[in-house]
Amino acid sequence: MEKAPKTRVVRKSDRPFMGVLYFCMVLLMFLTVYPMWYSIVNSVNSAADLAQNGYAYLWPRDFTLDSWKAVTRDPVILQAFFITVSRTVLVTVLQTLITAMFAYGFSRPYLRGKKLYSVIGFISMYLNGGVIAYFILYNTLKIYNTYWVYIIPALFGGFYNVIIFNANYKSIPDALFESAKIDGASEYRIFFQIVMPLSKPVLSALGIFTAVGTWNDYSATLYFTRTSSLQTLSYYLLSITKSSKAAEELQKAMSVGVAANLGNVVSQSSNFRTIELACMVLAALPLIIVYPFLQKFFEKGMMIGSVKG
Amino acid sequence: MAKRKKAAGPGNELGVQVQLHSMMLPGLLLMIMFNVVPLFGLILAFKNYKVTSGIAGIFTSPFYGVQNFKIIFANHDFMNMLRNTLGINLIGQLVSIPLTIALALFINEIAHTSMRNTVKTVTYMPHFISWVVFGTIVINLLTSDGAINKILMAMGAYDKPIIYMAQPNYFWTISIVSSLIKEIGWGTILYTAAISGVDGALYEAAEIEGAGRYRKMWYITLPCIRNTITIMIIFAVAGIMNNNFDQIYVLQNAFNLERSEVIDTYIYKVGLQQLQFGMASAINIFKSVIALALLFTANFASRKLTDSGLF
Repeated sequence: MEKAPKTRVVRKSDRPFMGVLYFCMVLLMFLTVYPMWYSIVNSVNSAADLAQNGYAYLWPRDFTLDSWKAVTRDPVILQAFFITVSRTVLVTVLQTLITAMFAYGFSRPYLRGKKLYSVIGFISMYLNGGVIAYFILYNTLKIYNTYWVYIIPALFGGFYNVIIFNANYKSIPDALFESAKIDGASEYRIFFQIVMPLSKPVLSALGIFTAVGTWNDYSATLYFTRTSSLQTLSYYLLSITKSSKAAEELQKAMSVGVAANLGNVVSQSSNFRTIELACMVLAALPLIIVYPFLQKFFEKGMMIGSVKG
Repeated sequence: MAKRKKAAGPGNELGVQVQLHSMMLPGLLLMIMFNVVPLFGLILAFKNYKVTSGIAGIFTSPFYGVQNFKIIFANHDFMNMLRNTLGINLIGQLVSIPLTIALALFINEIAHTSMRNTVKTVTYMPHFISWVVFGTIVINLLTSDGAINKILMAMGAYDKPIIYMAQPNYFWTISIVSSLIKEIGWGTILYTAAISGVDGALYEAAEIEGAGRYRKMWYITLPCIRNTITIMIIFAVAGIMNNNFDQIYVLQNAFNLERSEVIDTYIYKVGLQQLQFGMASAINIFKSVIALALLFTANFASRKLTDSGLF
């Protein structure tokens, strides 16, 4: 991306417009950040207080780390956390490497059989067998309901990423390849010592997208596992959200208009609620923490993608 | 893809080809195994498949003709969920595309670079939070003692809390607004990139002619980013049968099912919960065929109308 233009001069006649614009932008930022803030605040508020006075809005009224302690001691959540982290790391590293390497081979103009690979690639990109086909396939491969169902099918990043890598490799000057060839470098050597170091921006951008997608994914768990020890953090949160909310809403729907009953239901579930909130913050926190540092990478990544897409 | 001339000589040696193919082998095998092989599963839609017959059953189980499709279309749930799918997507896109473009235009108007970057950083963020987390927050905000009810009641809009998540009528709005808040910032990226590519001389010329801010937006910026807008619209049209499963499944519950059941959640339920593989595959094919047809139609229309398209 080119450098951001310098701050423009604001003419006097522009000031009212800028005022309104900035106000609206601040409002928008508030709208996008507030939901996250709301859950952080309530996850560190005591459950008893929540039951009595309802949710806290801007600041915790009765600060406590009880629900966080509960969450970080819960073996089920720790297991889910471990599964999520290990899965994310494995998939991100291996997928980026395998896809980048495939794309390198594919990008060489002297590769034989390129047409065939393109056909397979485009078929894989535009057609999809559907979830049932995967269910049967994973059962046949004996990876259904194992940890490997998270890893093996995700090892290749898809042909779309190949196209992005390919577009990126093209910006590397041909002279570099030629001189390496003259020096007798093997293709592997060219890939690891010339192409990889020069592709850091695209590698990190696509790597980040993969990592975020893997961290947030819950459908693989929902579709292809049954054992609770294989739960990811996202899935665990999904299951408690869905079970607790269904029960809560049912009770509330029956007691519509009866304020007293409403209060009872809330107090029963509020302890559970702070735990849910803490779990939720735990699931989002790693991304929020690394987010500001990674922003320039994925912005770049989107630009690389948009050249093609 | 641009074709290059075949380099003569060095690249054609057997050793080099072996090296290249060995580099591509893992990816190629994975692609065939996990993208091409599952396509045979599409046959299931025309078969009377029993779960117990395993993978061989895909080929050996008896042909069922279009029976699976007939069963689906006869089911009145199907029409309902088709309506939900199209309704949520169509209204959602009609709202979000213009708003996203507008946001991109106004972000571009921000004079201070630091402010502009802050707005970008903050509004991109929710895109990276999972729908489980974001959906759970939405649900919490909408409970009877949640912030939305509190605020609206304080403003005097009504005096008894509304249990939004338990009322089907609110579901479309909830799903459209929540995905708008989550994705609007991120959605501006491509438009912003296109806007930064607009020739500055055009604006200067317009200023000399006395054009104001909105005229410049309307007569210069928008026409200049027309191609990007067209492509986004084509994608939106092609994706009209695809709901965001991650989002809908989190927000869905037994009470709002009437308005929240969409094709993707239905496939999951029919296929993986009730194990009616034939029917689930048939719905999947129905969906894919329509999506593909829409993609080509939209592309054709845009080629005719604006002279630009995806392919």
